[in-house]
Amino acid sequence: MTPIAIEARELTRKFGDFTAVNAISFQVAQGEVFGFLGANGAGKTTAIRMLTGLLQPTAGSATVAGHDVVHEPEQVRRRIGYMSQRFSLYDDLTVRENITFYGGIYGLSTRDIVERMDALLARIGLEHARNELVGRIPLGWKQQLAFSVALLHEPAVLFLDEPTSGVDPITRRRFWEMMYETAAGGTAMLVTTHYLEEAEYCDRLSIMVEGAIAAMGTPSEVRRAFGADTLDDVFLRLTRPGAVA
Amino acid sequence: MTARHAGPAVEVRNLSKRFGNAQALDDVSCEIAAGELFGFIGPDGAGKTTLLRTLVTLLVPDRGHARVLGLDVVDDLWALRKTVGYMPGRFSLYPDLSALENLRFFASVFGTTVEKGRATIDPIWRQLEPFADRRAAALSGGMKQKLALSCALVHAPPILILDEPTTGVDAVSRREFWDLLTRLRSEGLTIVVSTPYMDEANRCDRVAFMQRGRLLLTDTPAAIVARYPRPLFAVRSPDRLALLRVLRDFPFAASAWPFGESVHYTDERTDVTPEDITRSLLAHATAAGLSGVSAEPITAGIEDAFMWHLARAEAA
Amino acid sequence: MSAFAGFVRKEVYHILRDKQTLWILLLMPLVQVLLFGYAVRTDVRDIRLALVDPAPGVASRALTQRFATSPRFQLIDVYRSPLPLDEAFRSGVVRQAVVLPADLDRALLGHAPVSVQLVSDASDPNTGSIMQAYATSILRRWHDERTGGNPGMRVALATRLRYNPTLESVNVFVPGLIAFVLTIISAMMTAISITREKETGTMEMLLVSPLRPWAIVAGKVAPYVLLGFLNVLLVLAAARLVFQMPLRGSVVLLLAECLLYILTSLALGMVISSRARTQRTAMIAALAGLLMPTLMLSGFIFPIDSMPEPLRLVSNIVPARWFLLIVRGIMVKGAGFAALWGETAVLAGITLLLLAVGARRLSVRLD
Repeated sequence: MTPIAIEARELTRKFGDFTAVNAISFQVAQGEVFGFLGANGAGKTTAIRMLTGLLQPTAGSATVAGHDVVHEPEQVRRRIGYMSQRFSLYDDLTVRENITFYGGIYGLSTRDIVERMDALLARIGLEHARNELVGRIPLGWKQQLAFSVALLHEPAVLFLDEPTSGVDPITRRRFWEMMYETAAGGTAMLVTTHYLEEAEYCDRLSIMVEGAIAAMGTPSEVRRAFGADTLDDVFLRLTRPGAVA
Repeated sequence: MTARHAGPAVEVRNLSKRFGNAQALDDVSCEIAAGELFGFIGPDGAGKTTLLRTLVTLLVPDRGHARVLGLDVVDDLWALRKTVGYMPGRFSLYPDLSALENLRFFASVFGTTVEKGRATIDPIWRQLEPFADRRAAALSGGMKQKLALSCALVHAPPILILDEPTTGVDAVSRREFWDLLTRLRSEGLTIVVSTPYMDEANRCDRVAFMQRGRLLLTDTPAAIVARYPRPLFAVRSPDRLALLRVLRDFPFAASAWPFGESVHYTDERTDVTPEDITRSLLAHATAAGLSGVSAEPITAGIEDAFMWHLARAEAA
Repeated sequence: MSAFAGFVRKEVYHILRDKQTLWILLLMPLVQVLLFGYAVRTDVRDIRLALVDPAPGVASRALTQRFATSPRFQLIDVYRSPLPLDEAFRSGVVRQAVVLPADLDRALLGHAPVSVQLVSDASDPNTGSIMQAYATSILRRWHDERTGGNPGMRVALATRLRYNPTLESVNVFVPGLIAFVLTIISAMMTAISITREKETGTMEMLLVSPLRPWAIVAGKVAPYVLLGFLNVLLVLAAARLVFQMPLRGSVVLLLAECLLYILTSLALGMVISSRARTQRTAMIAALAGLLMPTLMLSGFIFPIDSMPEPLRLVSNIVPARWFLLIVRGIMVKGAGFAALWGETAVLAGITLLLLAVGARRLSVRLD
């Protein structure tokens, strides 16, 4: 039985009368790539904020990387990595400076930073750009860099928020290959995306509608459950129940 | 509406534009016919926004010309600004004004009224009407998108130019938006759209692939797909990562890319039948220790075609 | 509705809906007038007064008695000569002194004009004038009593105001306040309003429309002209009602000159916003380039005459400096256009220059 990297149990969050996240439960195993889907406003961002220890749940609980998000949020944050759509890298700092900065935040020693930086840059082929301002690097490489930086402190779980938005199809696939390789090394990954074809790359996925999980399983399980050909159709059926596919 | 202009709705000739060190547009040429739904497809940084901004007179090219409805984008800018409908990226709306107030404002700025423009925007506005008094900031992404479209269309322009209108919006709203666009085009409107989404390319009459300021090719989606130069195969295996490695190791592999649950594979060899290719692939996979592998020929999709041209352009 | 009118209407919506900023813009000047007026004024009781009486007699003793028993004054001492006065004033022991002549009794009996010198410490401009008023009224009553109200007799009061000959009283703060307020509202708000349009991306939509850039700017600026005017009226009303500030000249001329200055500030706002891309930059540029010089170099707080030469030269290009001259002239001195046409011309000239610069920088495109 593969150890569980993320477990949510009836996780709930209310804002006044409004229930943003309604008692969701799911598990992500170590080394699994889990797609976390849903329309804007469905509650994905709120759920992720709870899982990363940034927001207190109103009810329910969750364990991430072995720590409880309510009682040990600090430890949770030390064991997770986060990569957001806006890359979280400083455009006006160089590649080296960004890596040093983030390494420092996560408490890595100087030697560790240097070692890992060398390995990282070699792996993604950016050695020549070590002293380039991140703002000048092409988008595809920026993304790979952001991904690698998020992994610098070797977290057990990686949260990715729309990591491939705006890039060309080849770069997107290269990115997903990078993700597969990382997953093969044991890191669990929770990804959100608006590209439903990308969701097919996930091992398992969930679709949130109005705060609750309306579908969950492997891509083919979900498709079969709704009798649909593509995840796009499933999505349509879930979010617009009256519409024709 | 202004008198119909004979000839192409949009003509672009050798357009180039540089921003600092970056060549945003590199010798771009194309033509768009009246009544066409035309898509510029490409990732961020391809030059789509620069191109569209030039067409709506917001930027001056370094070299080359462009004409919209027969009017030059540099010399005839005031005449053009009266006629073009434009929806910039990031839906430029006033967050503290209501939906209706936004609409009324843009109507007046273009010299018309909501009442006069009602007929043109009716299918869109009908969906927004229940939220007419809500502040634009409080609308959902899909609604904002529809509102921005209404504001661009309210003065009944003969041509509509949209810069990434569906970015950041959920999949269902995107689909609805394109339903609206298709409907508008069937009423005679010329529509020029830019988008990074491949699946939207299929809904255009013709598309142009853009990458790094260049046009890679321009044609109808069907023709692009038909011209895919090699046989394409969908290969499956329970272990996707291993499969990728194995396929890339195959000495005759031209390309292997994940596509949903399968891997799309093309072969270098041009002198063998598809059956031979399948057989040699499976043999190789089994020899490498993979089980449960299947391979079948498939027709290429538009994304396959884009990636093919992209890879060739990058290799060049 | 015409494009321009529709545009102005939209701008009004923005202003009205930003409630926080609106309250600040309307209330701030009022609050400042009240603060300046009340807080600056010190309590005028127990004014420390000294009498210089070289030849004490019945009359001078009667005066001494009056001052000693008045609740407004605190009689510190009676000197025989004016010599100790300098030190007494400098050290602050004494704030006012009445210097009587040596021949007081003889002058009174002989019905000759009596020359009494009243010296006041006017380094605090407010209290200086008030102290003077009190002391003068006591002196007058004493004199009338001594001379039986004989209209032929007069007391020539030679008053001397030490330390602040130009007497910057509260009346004179108000014009400075008007300049300050107009500068903030007009310049900063228009700069911010225009850059906000750039930030939300709506500027792109506006540029693509048939609206010409000057129309966009004019439409943005128009509501702030109204707001600025409203503020001027509020500040003037408050100053008049609460502090009985005089308005000796023509109200029409005053309002006209205020309109001119509003135009100057708006032109400044335009020049700032044509360069700035974000609201933050516009705000900082406005603060650094406008507020500080307006406060420091216009003569609002620190008299220009007391400034070193280089600063005095710089103050010539600060529009507020000319505006203050004009407003003070009208309000305090009752001057008419004939006397102020020079300053008005300078202000108008600066305005035209700014408008020209701003207009040239108005871009028709994004480039």
